[in-house]
Amino acid sequence: MTAAVAPTPATSEPLLKIRELDKHFGPVQALYHVNLDLPLGQVTALCGDNGAGKTVLTKCVAGIYQPDHGQVYWEGHPVHIRNARDASRLGIETVYQDLALADNLDIVQNMFLGRERVRYGLLDEDSMERAAAETLASLRVTTVRSIRQPVASLSGGQRQSVAVAKAVMWNSKLVIMDEPTAALGVVQTKQVLDLIKRLRDRGLAVMVISHNLTDIFQVADQIAVLYLGRLVVQDKASAFDRQSVVDYMTTGGSSRIVGARTETN
Amino acid sequence: MSVAGTQPRPSPAPRQAGVAKDERLAGVSILARLLQRPELGALIGALAVYLLFATVDATPGHLFSSIGGMQNWTDAASTYGIMAVAVALLMIGGEFDLSAGVMTGTSGLLLGMLITRQQVNVWFAIVAVMVFAAIIGIANGVLVVRTKLPSFIITLGTFFVLRGVDVGVTRLLTNTVRFDISDQAPGFRSAQSIFGSTFLAPYNFQDAVLWWAAITVGATWVLTQTTFGNWIFAVGGDANAARAVGVPVARTKIILFMYTAMSAAVVGIMVALRFKGIQSGQGVGLEFFYIIAAVVGGCLLTGGYGSAIGASLGALIIGFAQIGIIFANWDSNWYYTFLGVILFLAVGVNTLVRRRAASARR
Repeated sequence: MTAAVAPTPATSEPLLKIRELDKHFGPVQALYHVNLDLPLGQVTALCGDNGAGKTVLTKCVAGIYQPDHGQVYWEGHPVHIRNARDASRLGIETVYQDLALADNLDIVQNMFLGRERVRYGLLDEDSMERAAAETLASLRVTTVRSIRQPVASLSGGQRQSVAVAKAVMWNSKLVIMDEPTAALGVVQTKQVLDLIKRLRDRGLAVMVISHNLTDIFQVADQIAVLYLGRLVVQDKASAFDRQSVVDYMTTGGSSRIVGARTETN
Repeated sequence: MSVAGTQPRPSPAPRQAGVAKDERLAGVSILARLLQRPELGALIGALAVYLLFATVDATPGHLFSSIGGMQNWTDAASTYGIMAVAVALLMIGGEFDLSAGVMTGTSGLLLGMLITRQQVNVWFAIVAVMVFAAIIGIANGVLVVRTKLPSFIITLGTFFVLRGVDVGVTRLLTNTVRFDISDQAPGFRSAQSIFGSTFLAPYNFQDAVLWWAAITVGATWVLTQTTFGNWIFAVGGDANAARAVGVPVARTKIILFMYTAMSAAVVGIMVALRFKGIQSGQGVGLEFFYIIAAVVGGCLLTGGYGSAIGASLGALIIGFAQIGIIFANWDSNWYYTFLGVILFLAVGVNTLVRRRAASARR
């Protein structure tokens, strides 16, 4: 189900490459010449102030928005991601801030929504239930009482876990998470961060959008910062400290030198 | 690459795996699942209303609880039922159709016009009416999806447009307010035997009852067993979540509007063929009965919850009331009051049961 993708050394071709991506809405230039690399087996934190373009960039990769210019490369090949189905066909799964779970459906229905397993033209509930249970177990999500309970009855951390499980169940190679810890308490935040590390250990590429610098420095292997639609820096996490990330987020540059760092754009 | 190809299936585990668990646990979950069913309230309600009218029945020989009485109330309930199931599916999908009632009239009138004015074969006219209904349904759906206006407003507009057209065109063409269909028209007898005839002599149940039963079974099957059924619940529960995972939200909603309008066409065709004619005011106001049946049957106005069987039970309650009040020798005006009270009770009970079931699960 969730066969581990062989971890690739960071030096090889990144899983997803974004080159010169532009996106505007009317007169507003939301993204400008964005370059970003997402390698396998690494957690990339995408930071930026409100309105920096984090969500727009995510949605361009997830197929919700179409970029105006620029090119996305998947495993080295140029691709056009026209909709959510295209993205999931490639192996890109997004966990949205609002989690995109339907409250009225149960856990299994949510995990398979839009990609239901059918047998003789009918829903194959047994097989879906088994796969959902396996995935949850493999991510060590054990606090859920029944996988047949409606999502409405779950806690915030459980909902996040279900959303992540839904994302990794599809042999995905890239999981994008938008503010995964924003609404969570201390214990639940730790659970979700552990979950993110587990995804990386499986060899997946993970992109985490977050404001929370504590969380970022706990899980990120590399950090990229968006400032007013421009990707101002991308480097390994050890090249930053909290202050330098804040500098990039608020001013688009930093005079602090922590480690070897290459500024882009 | 196909979805199936991306997910290696685990070898099928024995189905009895669940049975091997503690039986007492299974018992609890069955009770919980029963309480969760949206149609439970409607079932209890239908039984209560049946018992009420069987008791107050003033006819000699207690007609209400006889097979003859059953013929009466299934006849009354059947066309409501066909429509209530469609309206329920649409409501589960988070939308609403106020033009469902008048569409039965429009369809029947179009059928009458094609047969009497264009002299076409009845079967050809039926196909034309179904196509017309599909177009109206698509128009409703596309307008709702594109404008993002509440379907309440869009279909209210459709309702009034059609209502005016019904009377206007009928008067223009016939100088009266009805189309009379001759039983000599080509294809009439065979069409009537399917849409407007009876079965099971000497009781003579209406064909519509069979249609109703088949449609209820079919809709339940679609809702619970198919991918499309899952999508209906999803677009009604959370359209954004559904869209994010690639469910074709717009298409799902448009198909539901289409199905509702086409169900109305079937009912209109039934009425026109059975009574060999149709009035220009046919169907106006009936949309509320469909909505009552669907809501009594457990549908939520907000979408994402409900059942086809529940809607059918709701229609059955309407049938019980319509016939029962006559048999009880009550003033038939109380019919509306009775249905209003039933609606209040049903919504109250459904809400209560749902809250209980929800809290019991945690």
